[in-house]
Amino acid sequence: MHQLTLANISKALAAKQFSVRELTSHLLTRIEQLDPQLNSFITLSKDSALQQADAADELRSSGISAPLLGVPLAHKDLFCTEGVRTSCASKMLDNFVAPYTAAVVDNLNKAGCISLGKLNMDEFAMGSSGETSFYGASKNPWDTSRVPGGSSSGSAVAVAARLVPASTGSDSGGSIRQPAAFTGLTGIKPTYGRISRWGMTAYASSFDQAGFLAHTAEDCAMLLQATAGFDERDSTSAQQPVDNYAEALSQPLKGLRVGLPKEYFDSRLDSRIGDAVNSAIEQLKQLGATFVDISLPNLPHAVPAYYVIASAEASTNLARFDGVRYGYRCEDPKDLEDLYLRSRNEAFGEEVKRRIMIGTYALSTGYYDAYYLKAQKIRRLIKNDFDSAFKNVDLILGPTTPNLPWQLGSKVNDPVAAYLEDIYTVPANLAGIPGLSMPAGMIDGLPVGVQLLAPYFQEARLLQVAHQFQQHTDWHARTPAGF
Amino acid sequence: MALERCDVEKLAHLARLGLNDAQIGSSTASLNAVLDMINAMQAVNTDGIAPLANPLEANQRLRPDTVTESNHRDDYQALAPAVENGLYLVPKVID
Amino acid sequence: MQWETVIGLEIHAQLATNTKIFSGSSTTFGAEPNTQASLIDLAMPGTLPVLNEEAVRMACMFGLAVDAHIAEHNIFARKNYFYPDLPKGYQTSQMDDPIVGLGHLDIALEDGSIKRVGITRAHLEEDAGKSLHEDFSGMTGIDLNRAGTPLLEIVSEPELSNAKEAVAYAKAIHTLVRYLNICDGNMAEGSFRCDCNVSVRPKGQTTLGTRTEIKNVNSFRFIERAINYEIQRQIELIEDGGKVTQETRLYDPNKDETRSMRSKEEANDYRYFPCPDLLPVHIPREMLENLRTKLPELPTQKRERFEAAFGLSTYDASVLSASREMADYFEAVEKICQDAKLATNWVMGELSSLLNKENLDITQTPVSAEQLGGMLLRIKDNTISGKIAKMVFEAMAAGEGDADQIIEQRGLKQVTDSGAIEAMLDEVLAANAEQVEQYRASDENKRGKMFGFFVGQAMRASKGKANPQQVNELLKQKLDQ
Repeated sequence: MHQLTLANISKALAAKQFSVRELTSHLLTRIEQLDPQLNSFITLSKDSALQQADAADELRSSGISAPLLGVPLAHKDLFCTEGVRTSCASKMLDNFVAPYTAAVVDNLNKAGCISLGKLNMDEFAMGSSGETSFYGASKNPWDTSRVPGGSSSGSAVAVAARLVPASTGSDSGGSIRQPAAFTGLTGIKPTYGRISRWGMTAYASSFDQAGFLAHTAEDCAMLLQATAGFDERDSTSAQQPVDNYAEALSQPLKGLRVGLPKEYFDSRLDSRIGDAVNSAIEQLKQLGATFVDISLPNLPHAVPAYYVIASAEASTNLARFDGVRYGYRCEDPKDLEDLYLRSRNEAFGEEVKRRIMIGTYALSTGYYDAYYLKAQKIRRLIKNDFDSAFKNVDLILGPTTPNLPWQLGSKVNDPVAAYLEDIYTVPANLAGIPGLSMPAGMIDGLPVGVQLLAPYFQEARLLQVAHQFQQHTDWHARTPAGF
Repeated sequence: MALERCDVEKLAHLARLGLNDAQIGSSTASLNAVLDMINAMQAVNTDGIAPLANPLEANQRLRPDTVTESNHRDDYQALAPAVENGLYLVPKVID
Repeated sequence: MQWETVIGLEIHAQLATNTKIFSGSSTTFGAEPNTQASLIDLAMPGTLPVLNEEAVRMACMFGLAVDAHIAEHNIFARKNYFYPDLPKGYQTSQMDDPIVGLGHLDIALEDGSIKRVGITRAHLEEDAGKSLHEDFSGMTGIDLNRAGTPLLEIVSEPELSNAKEAVAYAKAIHTLVRYLNICDGNMAEGSFRCDCNVSVRPKGQTTLGTRTEIKNVNSFRFIERAINYEIQRQIELIEDGGKVTQETRLYDPNKDETRSMRSKEEANDYRYFPCPDLLPVHIPREMLENLRTKLPELPTQKRERFEAAFGLSTYDASVLSASREMADYFEAVEKICQDAKLATNWVMGELSSLLNKENLDITQTPVSAEQLGGMLLRIKDNTISGKIAKMVFEAMAAGEGDADQIIEQRGLKQVTDSGAIEAMLDEVLAANAEQVEQYRASDENKRGKMFGFFVGQAMRASKGKANPQQVNELLKQKLDQ
């Protein structure tokens, strides 16, 4: 049962091959057995999951059938879930039980999904390895001495280890795509504004997007269908009509023009990853796609621009964590200043404090023009690069990451090295365009991902290409040994 | 443009992070490393380029002036560290 | 050393919307603490702001009323600082692109002259919550009901030269926002708060002196006192060889002095930047033109109309147009009695004294416009004299009914029948024969002084009801025989 994709679970439930309860119990048992070595869950909602399962079974037996009814998944722990701890993997919110539910979770609940619990992540979504979590790092099931990527680390690990068929994640700089690549999953970051940010703890407000990690594009399409759309509670929510993603999947690729940015294939790319990408290119050529070299000349400036803007926005988004109305409060504060200084120092981890200070610096008087404003201008240049490129191609393809998953602990003392690993993913967040990572190879037992980028609101295109690729390859169907 | 300890102390205070001496020291080093990376931006020519604040470049939606919220004080204050008579308590503030 | 003062006012007017600027919470005053604080108002993780259209409309109305430039787009910015009444750790305000730009307001000064005061800008922002410092075992209590209420911050150019001008300007803004129905102007409840920026410089110097800011002065009387105190303090400080520190101060009405605010950090770096959760607000020109048609007659226009149509002085016209309710009352009275001068005298005289004494607003007047107008008609048609009218007015204020009823019940009708008056005068003169002889034996000068005695006797005899002009005429005739 745990080997099934979301789509196949849906079909199996409809065909009554097993009940929701059976599936849920099975997964809960697997989680209890296997997660201790992986640390992908922060909160496991066992009783609630079984209750939800029973309710779903009742609905199904009364004749109601909806594609996602009874399908279990789990949520990245920065999505508020009413009545359930929502920690953002931080000591600051270790005791925080959310008083409401995020839009994306609510939409999935309404579609009939069952939540098994909340997934581990980098603290407040700041990190690319899962190692900044207050609850300890999650481990990559393909090699538990290596990082699974971040910040949606638990979201990737739980799906890759087949503890859940799919999960929600968030992507502000690559936090879905990179862990998907590191763990052999299909991960999608929709266009900025495609999915409501209501209830999603803010990190970098103009980059944050909810998305999904699953085994297949088909699964991502089902989840996106249930959650895309305008939400009046989010002023940055797009009023764009929602496509029929399922219909788009089966369109053939003949005539598809794909751009290969030369900046993605320079010396910093591990050549073995380059080889895997080239194989994927050949596969897509056979399916009818044509390829052309393009340039995104401002790509080298994407990482600094991203970190300045993201840190600036994060520094103010995290100012609400002050020990006054909820969350961690230090013991016996002497006065107001002591309350702030100690609560925040004691409850935020190193990476979070580092980014808060960078962000504070970038916004300070005298530095605003050189940092924040400069970064926003580079952001415009990067968007312009994409706009130009998409005049001549329908899709952009490249590696998702320059390197393979690294050893746990090997980059914790070198934040800049960690930041530079995001070079291929952050441009999409800066421009706001949608991106997807799909598994496209294995190197020394470690998964390799290929990234697809499309113009605004063309998630259907991303899913179509990935789905067609997955009809002719089986990278997405592999499972790590022992899971 | 490197940061000195006193700069980091100011930043930490602005952000209300009560870093101790050792933390100030290590933060100074790591912040300077990050700033080195970020300063590469200065080499980019951005003359005449308008900043991009939001990818969608749309306008703000307006909401009708109708009350939609009701009182949930008890639920919300169950999450608070210190509450009395419906008020959030903090150490005394002197104006 | 001659000194001159430069004053600028920053006025925070709470907009009279039903809900907060970024959330659908009610803004009703006086609710139990934190019962009007939603997830958004409490800055729970994952919450987001959505802008109230009425706040935008109200700000635009203000902009139109002060002839201001209103840009196509305005932007909300985050103003970052830590304080327990500021849940997000930043206030959503406007910095570089406010909704209302440069405008002006003409104010009437005490001497009747008009001064045009520049308004630099007006912008929208959210209000903070309230801190209650009463004893909670050494803690402060925070109420966030007010957090998120929309404010319009109105900034004047530093063009006010003394405390009286500052008060006149503050009152003019107060009148205007109430005319526009965008703010209830209730200073006691905190819906209208003034920060006063004060600096002094030697007469003739063009550069500005260092200014201090006196925050949250919540009455016009206090504004005047606070500014005057501060001017004096600064002058004395400089004359003693000291320097004015740029700082924030509070006015203490009990001690009638300003003092430095300890807890506010002067070197606060607010790190303004555009709020990424909000998009630029578009103000279409058609929307503005539409709003312009909905503007009521503004205070300035009303004052000018009163001056022209009723021949009132600038001062009188500005007092009568100080609020729409007062202006409407006056016009209603004038319509009934058709005598602007008479109406002005009574509204600004007896009625205002009564309202002041009873601490009432014009909207709470015990004497309606119809009642007052009706009484003035009776003066005009000689039914009662001016003196008797005062009695009637007091009776109306006490709830005894309309003028006609009171005149009837108390028999206050003026006696105008010359025959009756003559008969009464003959009696008076007969009863005071000695004084009459003395009068006739005296010269012009002495006669003038004695005349009043006879008038007094006549009024007593008629219980005040004899028409005074007729009494005077007939008395003179009879005495001067």
